[in-house]
Amino acid sequence: MTRIVIVGGGTGGTVLANRLVEDLDSEVEAGEVEVTLVNDSPDHVYKPTYLYVPFGKKTVEDAVRPLADLVDRRVDLEINRVVGIDTDAKTIELQDGRDRLSYDHLVLATGAKLVPDEVPGLVEGGHHFYGPDGAEELRDALAEFEGGHLVLSVVGVPHMCPAAPVEFTLMADEWFRQRGIRDEVDITYTYPIMRLHGLEPVSDWMEPRFAERDIHTETFFNAEEVDPEAGVIRSMEGEELDYDLLVAIPPHAGDDLVTGSGLGDDGWVAVDRHTLEAEHAEDVYAMGDAADVPTSKAGSVAHYEADVVADRIASEVRGQLPTATFDGKTVCFIEAGMDEATFVEFDYEHTPELRDESRPVHWAKLAYNETYWLTARGLL
Amino acid sequence: MSEQLTADVTIDARGAGCPGPLMDLIGKVKKADSGTVFELQTSDRGSVTDVPEWVEKAGHELLETVEHDDYWSIYVEKA
Repeated sequence: MTRIVIVGGGTGGTVLANRLVEDLDSEVEAGEVEVTLVNDSPDHVYKPTYLYVPFGKKTVEDAVRPLADLVDRRVDLEINRVVGIDTDAKTIELQDGRDRLSYDHLVLATGAKLVPDEVPGLVEGGHHFYGPDGAEELRDALAEFEGGHLVLSVVGVPHMCPAAPVEFTLMADEWFRQRGIRDEVDITYTYPIMRLHGLEPVSDWMEPRFAERDIHTETFFNAEEVDPEAGVIRSMEGEELDYDLLVAIPPHAGDDLVTGSGLGDDGWVAVDRHTLEAEHAEDVYAMGDAADVPTSKAGSVAHYEADVVADRIASEVRGQLPTATFDGKTVCFIEAGMDEATFVEFDYEHTPELRDESRPVHWAKLAYNETYWLTARGLL
Repeated sequence: MSEQLTADVTIDARGAGCPGPLMDLIGKVKKADSGTVFELQTSDRGSVTDVPEWVEKAGHELLETVEHDDYWSIYVEKA
């Protein structure tokens, strides 16, 4: 019996579990292979939905489906929290019930979490749209906002969905125009490095659009503290901005489990960028946001990585040399307002080229969001 | 080329494209004490100009940039 254990039921873990039982169909049916997906919640969350919640276009309930509805019946679904990994004994420790689970192949898809308390004052002073509570609170704050200075500050890099801060800023601009109060609102976007986005072509695309829409920008702005009383955000570089409404992309971290088991710093698993094999342990892969690969923390990356990991593990189970590799492929839609969007596609070797935004791409993004559930099931 | 420079913290960002190395440095500098010396190892040519630009803007000190065969070591002291 070969035991494959996947930790994390987000996009990567779910697609991988479904792909593995499909690829290893005969072995699973014969009882020679067991695929276990461990998740600490019975729910699967499609986080891109949260971008639309502040503008009243989606609800937080739209982001959630039961994981049991998305995974193949041949996957052994274990709702439990993993509290330890012993890569020498090849076991994982669970919080409740069964205290240990042994594995022959382990895949960590533990994602990224928000750590806003790393910046003093940010929890009290800032809003975000990276989780259900934050997105709903921001929706209410935006509805009540009648004018003043809105600051969108990208505090944490790397963060989930590198396009989201750009999208939120352009959507907010148009949303205020539609409400007839754009003249009452100043918008400032801040970014930690010398341009507006990590990807230079995206930054080049942003510059004229932000200028046209009168969105101010501050580069080399690494938020160090927020003073909610004074309504001020200060940077490491000595700048400060007054705000009436602060929307921040909070700092992110990986799972403590990763750091605790010696698999990588800051919760990101150190992996070979092509094979996705952990550098500090045998028979361990990492994928999705948890993997320390030099590309975006985006669902598309997790999906493409899941295909690679499924191929590699299936080869290993059959005693073949795994040959599938990840080339860094990433695809992201970028909303350019409330009804136009563009998209980027790139990999380790190629930088993206951006087209002008259009309505069809916006509708393609919305359509993808609806069909996402088929993607998670492994049907698309 | 300095033989004496010893870093308190070495950040191996080789293989990562821009702005990975700079963000790795910023992240570590943020959490460090004043006076900490960093060695940022980067194979990204852009870092050689981007890092000094940020270091100047943020008020830290650029100690030295050392060119190796296939990467650079950029030494920075936190103010």
